[in-house]
Amino acid sequence: MTARLTAPNPQLNELGKLKHLLTLEGLKQHHLTEILDTAESFIDPNTNKIKKVPLLRGKSIMNLFFEPSTRTRTTFEIAEKRLSADIESLDIQTSATKKGESLLDTLWNLQAMQADMFVIRHAESGAAHFFAQHVAPHVHVLNAGDGQHAHPTQALLDMFTIRKKKGDVFDLKVAIVGDILHSRVVRSQIQALSILEAREIRVIGPKTLLPEHPEALGVHVYHDIEEGLKDVDVIIMVRLQNERMKSALIPSEKEFFKRYGLTEKRLALAKPDAIVMHPGPINRGVEIDSAVADGPQSVILEQVTYGIAVRMAVMSVIMSNAAQLAQHQAEQEQSALAEENAEMENPQ
Amino acid sequence: MRLAILNARVIDPSQDLDKVTNIYMARGRIAEIGDEAPEGFSADQEIDATGKWVVPGLVDLQARLGEPGSIFAGSIASETRAAVAGGVTTICCPPDTNPVNDTQAVTELIQRRARQAATAYVMPIGALTQGLEGKLLSGIYSLIEGGCVALSQANRPVQSALTLKNALEYTASLDTVVMLRCEDQDLKNNGVAHDGPVASRLGLPPITPAAETSALARDLVLVEESGIRAHFSQLSCARSVEMIAEAKKRGLPVTCDVAIHQLLLSEMDVLSFNSLFHVSPPLRSLRDRDALLAGVRSGVIDAIVSDHTPLHRDDKLLPFGESQPGIIGLETLLPLVLKLVQEGQLDITTAIKAVTQTPAEILQIPTGSLQTSRPADLAIIDPEGIWTFDKDSIISEGKNSPFIGWEFIGKVEQTFFQGRPVYKNNEV
Repeated sequence: MTARLTAPNPQLNELGKLKHLLTLEGLKQHHLTEILDTAESFIDPNTNKIKKVPLLRGKSIMNLFFEPSTRTRTTFEIAEKRLSADIESLDIQTSATKKGESLLDTLWNLQAMQADMFVIRHAESGAAHFFAQHVAPHVHVLNAGDGQHAHPTQALLDMFTIRKKKGDVFDLKVAIVGDILHSRVVRSQIQALSILEAREIRVIGPKTLLPEHPEALGVHVYHDIEEGLKDVDVIIMVRLQNERMKSALIPSEKEFFKRYGLTEKRLALAKPDAIVMHPGPINRGVEIDSAVADGPQSVILEQVTYGIAVRMAVMSVIMSNAAQLAQHQAEQEQSALAEENAEMENPQ
Repeated sequence: MRLAILNARVIDPSQDLDKVTNIYMARGRIAEIGDEAPEGFSADQEIDATGKWVVPGLVDLQARLGEPGSIFAGSIASETRAAVAGGVTTICCPPDTNPVNDTQAVTELIQRRARQAATAYVMPIGALTQGLEGKLLSGIYSLIEGGCVALSQANRPVQSALTLKNALEYTASLDTVVMLRCEDQDLKNNGVAHDGPVASRLGLPPITPAAETSALARDLVLVEESGIRAHFSQLSCARSVEMIAEAKKRGLPVTCDVAIHQLLLSEMDVLSFNSLFHVSPPLRSLRDRDALLAGVRSGVIDAIVSDHTPLHRDDKLLPFGESQPGIIGLETLLPLVLKLVQEGQLDITTAIKAVTQTPAEILQIPTGSLQTSRPADLAIIDPEGIWTFDKDSIISEGKNSPFIGWEFIGKVEQTFFQGRPVYKNNEV
C-alpha cells in the first residue's frame, strides 16, 4: 500500500557524494573508504603524528553541544584546528535554549554568523536529521551523536583502528559487548561493519540491554559472553551507564562484571591476535578488567589518536565534495551558455 | 426550506440502503428517501446529483477543536468548518481542553461556541476525573446533565486501578458510555515510537505493545466487574483486537475504534524521523495495521475516528521525540476511508457504517443516519473527482498532516447540516 520501505538519503548531494554526515546507514563502501584513506594521509607514516594542513582555511565551523561531552568535543576541536578552520564551540544546554529560544532560532542565528559547518551533539534521536533539514543549502551538518541513534565519526574511527591493526575489516568476526540498546555508537558500528563486509557481527548482553529487534540490525545475538567471544578477531566493549541500574535493567555493576566483564580468561577465548576496543571512557572493573584494558591486545588509546585523523578526514571530504559540486554546477552553466551562444550564432 | 436531491446513489448502512434514488428534506430533517416525492411535497430547490453519491454526515468520535485553551491550534469555528469540508457533521470533542472539560461551565461554553458556529453538531465528552488527573472524580452526573455524551480521560488514562474501578462503578448507574484509551504510562516510559525494527534501527525510545495490551486487560476486567458500557479508543495493536473480540464473544457491552491513520500508515513511515508521523498511540507494525483492518472488516472494531489534533507549527518543528504527537484528520477522514475502499481493504457499506451509523449508536444519538425524521445531515460526494490534499487548501488551523501531497479519488462536493448547505467545494 503506502508504506515507504526505504527513506531517501538526505546526506548525499546531487553527485551522490557526502554533503552531511548524519548516519552511516545507506552509505556505500566507497563513501567509507574515501574517508578512511583520507584519514591515513593525515598521519605521518614515520612519526605516527597528525599533520597540520591548510585544507579548511577560511572556513567557519561551529561545535554545538546540546549535551555535555568532553572527549568527542575536544577531538573535534583539535581536528578542526589541524585543518586550519576558524572554530567556535557552544554549550547550548547552558545558554540560549534555557532562555526559551527555540531550537531552530538558535540554529538560524548561528547560521547567520557565517557558519559553513555545524558539528552537533543532541540528546534526541534524529536531531542531526532535523538540523540538516533546516540549514541553508551551503551549510553542512556533522552528527557528533544524536540520542540513541548514531555516532558516525566514532564508528569510523573504530573502523580505521581495525584497518590499522588487521589490514582490513572484510571477513573479520567482531563481537560487541554490553549495553547495545542505549548505544548510538553501537548502532553506527554495526552499520559500518556491515558496509565494510565483516564476516560476522555478534552482540553480547542481557536481554534488557538489547533492542527488541536485533535482527533489524543484522547481528547475531548472544546472552552468554563465553560463547559469543569464541574465535572473534575484534572485541568492542561498550560503556555501561549508571542509569541502567537505576531503571532496573541490570542488578549491579558487580553482577554485570561477573557475567559480562572482559577478563583475561575470557579474552583467551577469542583468536590469539584479537584486539580489544572501547569508545571510552572505560569503567574499570565494570565492563573491563584493568589487566585487559592496559594489556597488549588493547588498542583503546590508539582509538583516541585516530579519532582526530578520522574527524579531519570527514570534514575535509565534505568540504571538498562541496567545492567539486560548485565546480560541476559552474561547468554545467557554462556549457549551457555555450550551447545558447552557438544557437544564436548558427540560427537554423 | 424544502430540498430535493435527485438521482444520487444513496449509501446509508443504517437502513441497508445502497441505490440510486432521491432524498427529500424539509424543516432540517429527512422527509423521505424514495423515487417519488412524499405527498404534498414541493421542493424550493432541487439538486441534480446524477453520478454522485450521498452518505449520512460523518460522526467522528474523537476530534480536538482547539477550544477552550491554546494547547491546540484552531477554534470551534475553524475546526467545524474543516469538519464539514470533509463531510463530518457530528464531532465529539475529548475533554483535554484548557481548562479541562470537567464542569458544566466548560461544557456549556463549548456548546455555546458550537451553536454560534452552527455548521456541525459538537458533542462534548466530559472528563472522568477532575483535571484529567486520575485522582478525584469529576461531577459526572452534572456533566451528563449538561449535555456530555460520554466520559473519558482523553489521552491521559487513569493509572490507579482503584480510582478507575471507583469511577466505573459510580458511572455505571448513569445511562452513559465511558471511553477508555489504554496505555500504561509506566510501560510507555519515555517512549515515542513502536518497539519494532524501525525504533531498534533509529534508536528511538520504544513503546512496547504491552503498554496498550496490559492496560486493556486491566480495564476489561474492571469494566466487566462494574457492568458499565465501555468504548475503547484508538486501538493500535493486533493483540488488542483479539482481546476485544474475545470480550465481545463473552457478551461484554464493549465497543472500540481505531484512528484512520493507523489503517494506512505504519512504523515504516517513521524511518525518515519526520515528526508529522509522531502520534499517540504510535504507528505500529504492518502486521498490527493488517490486524486493525481485519478488525474493521469483521466488525470487532466498530468505528473509525479522525483523532483530529490540530497543532501549532512550532510544536512539530522539533526533532521527532520532542515534537507533540498528533495528526489533523477531519478533512481526510472520508477521503482516506474511500481510499481503503478503492484499495479493496474495506467494502463501501462497512466503511461508511464505521463512520456514520455505528459511532452514532455507540453514543445513542440520532445522527449518522438518513432515516425519515432524522436531522438532514449529509454529504454529496463526486466519486470520480481526483484531487490532491495540499497544504494551502487545509481549512483546519493545524497543518500537521502526513497526508499532504496524497492524491485522492472522490471528493466532498457539498455538505448539508440540518438541511442547510454548510459547505460547497471551491466556494468556501
